[in-house]
Amino acid sequence: MRTNVPAWAAAFILACFIPLILPAYYVNISSQVLIFSIFAVGLNILVGYAGLVSLGHASLFGLAAYAVGLLLGAGLGHFQAILFSLIACLIGVALFAVISLRAQGIGFMMITLALGQLLWGLAYRWVAITGGDNGIRLGLRPSILGFSLDDPAPFFLLTLVMCFLAVLACDVTIKSHFGASLIGTRDQPRRMSALGYQVWLIRFFACLLSGLLAGIAGILFVYYNRFINPEALTLGSSAEVLLMVISGGSGTLLGPVVGAALVIIVKTVVSGYVERWNLLLGVIFVFIMLFMPDGLVPGVTRLARRVLELRKRNLFSVNGQPHGSTYDQRP
Amino acid sequence: MSFWLVLITNSIALGGLLFVLSTGFSLIFGLMRIPNLTHGSLFMLGAYCGATAINALRMNFWIAALLSAFSVAIIGALIERFLLRRLAGKEQAQVLLTLGVSFIVADICLMIWSGDPISVATPGGLKGAAHFFGFAFSLYRLGVILIAVIIAVALWLMMEKTRLGAMIRAGVDDAEMARALGIKVSRLFTIIFCLGGGLAGFAGIVGAPILSVYPGLDSEMLPLALVIVILGGAGSLLGSLLGSIIIGIIFNFGNALVPDAAYFVLFLPMVIMLMLRPQGLFGRQMV
Repeated sequence: MRTNVPAWAAAFILACFIPLILPAYYVNISSQVLIFSIFAVGLNILVGYAGLVSLGHASLFGLAAYAVGLLLGAGLGHFQAILFSLIACLIGVALFAVISLRAQGIGFMMITLALGQLLWGLAYRWVAITGGDNGIRLGLRPSILGFSLDDPAPFFLLTLVMCFLAVLACDVTIKSHFGASLIGTRDQPRRMSALGYQVWLIRFFACLLSGLLAGIAGILFVYYNRFINPEALTLGSSAEVLLMVISGGSGTLLGPVVGAALVIIVKTVVSGYVERWNLLLGVIFVFIMLFMPDGLVPGVTRLARRVLELRKRNLFSVNGQPHGSTYDQRP
Repeated sequence: MSFWLVLITNSIALGGLLFVLSTGFSLIFGLMRIPNLTHGSLFMLGAYCGATAINALRMNFWIAALLSAFSVAIIGALIERFLLRRLAGKEQAQVLLTLGVSFIVADICLMIWSGDPISVATPGGLKGAAHFFGFAFSLYRLGVILIAVIIAVALWLMMEKTRLGAMIRAGVDDAEMARALGIKVSRLFTIIFCLGGGLAGFAGIVGAPILSVYPGLDSEMLPLALVIVILGGAGSLLGSLLGSIIIGIIFNFGNALVPDAAYFVLFLPMVIMLMLRPQGLFGRQMV
């Protein structure tokens, strides 16, 4: 499948108009959706295409966010802070991968969960560095090309560009030779190994890319909130982003984006009325696992295709019967 | 000297508590091949139910403990029978389902019992300290160690000497073959979930006088059970006993000596074990 360039360009240009149409509050919510889309697209590379479900991804997101906060606090410039925090995030995800890729399937889930709790524990308990539960506050956002990112619109456009780059990177990766071999290691790891592919190395690179996207999302997140605390690293946060991937449809390009929009919108709208967001999260999770295991995007696509086919049949038929069957009466 | 002795007693008592919690987790993992992420929630649920029975209904501690263990066991069986059963064979979906259920349980607990920690008084006969060789030991912690030993022996007898135990061992070793021999492995799933849930709930209320009960207890205990199973190996009683004692010691010593990095120290043995022996100390298959 080739990338549909005009459709992409059109979607990008349309999205650019959001700050002109919507009030600042909704622009900020859109920025959140985009930040978590990057995160979910990154996780989807592991969950959807590598078949490795990580339950500790929020800790990589948090690692990059904390690194930015700490480096800015140490007096570094924005550019250096971001660069070093991405490097820190890559080192972190490399260590994560080396430990957790000794297993696959359920074992991978358990180890990433434990590693995620480890980083959470560090952020929570190492008060001297991380400020414990109080977290770290950031100063003002920087400005790019004379536009201050403290305004909602420029910040939205920045996250939009980053999100598009993330989706594009995922698209290019999955359609490349590497992507094909990654999907191969998901479906038939033994055969891939027998064919001479380095299954471990392929998975390792998938982890790096996934972790890098989580890190980018974490950096945008810390600049968005100008605040980070251990809450962002909890198992709950990891589960939330996993819910985005799975509810949208893991293993599809746009599923995670749809899932992120769904979760953020439901969360923002619902939390205005009820306090019990976690309960709802759990119920949605259980419901999707039981009744819609392949997510919204594949489900809706299937439904749409069926509707289209029905309509096509109606167009070309006489008295509701398909064309051919009027004179082909054989049983 | 006294400091170290107290620390060691506390470590072994915590180890005993963790054994009661993690042995069910380990058996479920060994038999069904899934980490039951509701295990921490069942622990917390047992603690909350027991605390209510003791504080509000003025029930005897041990009766309340048995009652809450029993009700949590039923909840465990219901989760297996009505939710996990629908996803039979899809392990990853089952794990995510247990994750969702754990969120629901945590939020319902927060709704019912609010966010304030609840303390539970030490039961009547075990208040105060015992003196041996001129050192004082907390009587309740010694009691917890004794309970853990009794449960360990009972479980060992069940696993080694009864027909049910033999069937469970057969299921852990080779579920397919056990099925072919006519063992209803799916019924074992319900039984083991019931047993594991009951033990987790019991651990919750027995631990309450030491740990007290508060929101977030579930996500503090679950990783401990995970680490213990990775250390000891899935489905092995002896493994979870040894793993629990190791983790109990590391947790208490870590908190006393390097409080900032207590969690970090806790997960170190897991990482080392995964590097050297991925199937755990006594496990037969890889985690």
